[in-house]
Amino acid sequence: MKKRGFADFFFLFFVLYLVLPIVATTLYAFSSKWNKTILPEGLTFKWLATLFQDAEFIQAFGRSVLLSGGAVGVAMFVIVPAIFVIVLYFPQYEKFIQVAVVMVYSFPGVILAVGLIRVYTTVGVPMILVVLGAYVIGILPYIYQGTRNSLRSVDARQLLDAAQLLGASKRQAFMTILLPTVYPGLFAGALLSFSVLFGEFVLINLVVGSRFETVQIYLMKKLSSSGHIASAVVFIYLVLMGLLTFVIALLTKRSKGVTNI
Amino acid sequence: MISKRQSFAWLVPFLLLVLLFFLVPLLYMVISSFSTSKGFTLEHYQSVLTNDYILQGFKNSITLSAISAVIALIVTLFAVYAIMRFSESAREKILILTNLTSNFSGIPLAFAFIVLLGNSGLFTLLFEKWDIGALSSFSLYSWSGLLLIYIYFQMPLALMLLYPIYDGIQQQWKEAAALLGASTWQFWLKIGIPVMLPGIVGTFSVLFANAMGAYASAYALTSSNYNLVAIRIGALIKGDIFAQPELASAIAVLLAVTMVMAMLLSEWSIKKTRGKL
Repeated sequence: MKKRGFADFFFLFFVLYLVLPIVATTLYAFSSKWNKTILPEGLTFKWLATLFQDAEFIQAFGRSVLLSGGAVGVAMFVIVPAIFVIVLYFPQYEKFIQVAVVMVYSFPGVILAVGLIRVYTTVGVPMILVVLGAYVIGILPYIYQGTRNSLRSVDARQLLDAAQLLGASKRQAFMTILLPTVYPGLFAGALLSFSVLFGEFVLINLVVGSRFETVQIYLMKKLSSSGHIASAVVFIYLVLMGLLTFVIALLTKRSKGVTNI
Repeated sequence: MISKRQSFAWLVPFLLLVLLFFLVPLLYMVISSFSTSKGFTLEHYQSVLTNDYILQGFKNSITLSAISAVIALIVTLFAVYAIMRFSESAREKILILTNLTSNFSGIPLAFAFIVLLGNSGLFTLLFEKWDIGALSSFSLYSWSGLLLIYIYFQMPLALMLLYPIYDGIQQQWKEAAALLGASTWQFWLKIGIPVMLPGIVGTFSVLFANAMGAYASAYALTSSNYNLVAIRIGALIKGDIFAQPELASAIAVLLAVTMVMAMLLSEWSIKKTRGKL
């Protein structure tokens, strides 16, 4: 059919457009020399080795993991219980959370950065804590989505009531029945949040700057000095994102399986 | 009831965080955009709206966002049409690829495009070798270069938003239309597209807002040289020229207003689609 071929052409373009930059950067990360020829002149592991011997990079990586992981950790202890409480006990207020989700999702970092700097530079709070706080709120949409989806698919209210009817304490019901069932969705939300924060540049760059060098800031610095090292950083970043995406896909599949019980 | 009050305690830290790191900064920003040491004023807005450079930044941002949104939307609309006919496992793989690439934005994405189209990029060399004059004068560090990058990060988002909208078109409708003698073209023209239209408009405004707020890719490519609203705000608050924080606040408020308007349009049109389906 003629029209089918037409749509397939766009599909091909779509996939090529998305894949080509990834392939080219990966190739660049492994090429010994590649600035006068169409294809690299030779392949090497030199750049990756150099990168892993660079203490600055290792530290930057550690900072990124610490900051993103810290924010996700705080969100798990602050946001997740709040969503549980609202969904289970105050469903009439859920629309407020939804409004907050839409607002957080749609306000870009560059606007929030102005407000954060205006409020906190004069107060004397370490700015890195301000970014951490903003990160915790920034991942609200992903955490909410993950928690909400898994709560919806198991009908948490009924499950808790049933457990208590059979003699479980409130705490027992929550810890042994509800938490394990929503765990895959929650974990997927946490990983997604982590991967989003790991790529965050705007807030950390504008609010804190090079005083707290994350992987993104390290990459920005290398962009002008060494293309090969930069491509090695991007390659590592892509591998990490690929792994996270893969695990998230597996988890989502599993939590969808729970629905069928 | 004790248990309710106890559970309410779980909400306090959450509300506190929202207040401290979201609502208060935004409110303070709005207030400071309207104030001087003497009190209420509109002078910051006046200086934004009479400053040709800042206005040009708005114009650049709006055209870049709108055009990248339209192109990504058109490509993805047809791509999703093709994807819908694939097997379930193939569709799943495409969605995973899309999820992966949706994280590929900002600085890493800008770098990937430098590898492809930068001064000694793969395609730049190809164009020179083949001596394609029009293409070899292409510069990644310009409006059209930014457009390519913006299209890149818009497409995965467009796919994720359009996918469920396509899913809403039911096979039975197509069969019913075919039974009544409609061709495929007629079905899409008279039924499919009108049903999806509000959803498509909604997707457009989400994409538009997404691009309006984007900062990192443009910053990585042109540092503060290319004039976009987000870049202007960044330059005003980052170190060097922070003498006018109120001005940055006013620009940020105007940017927020543009985006809120786009989002409201999307809310409204998505509600309209839901009503129809």
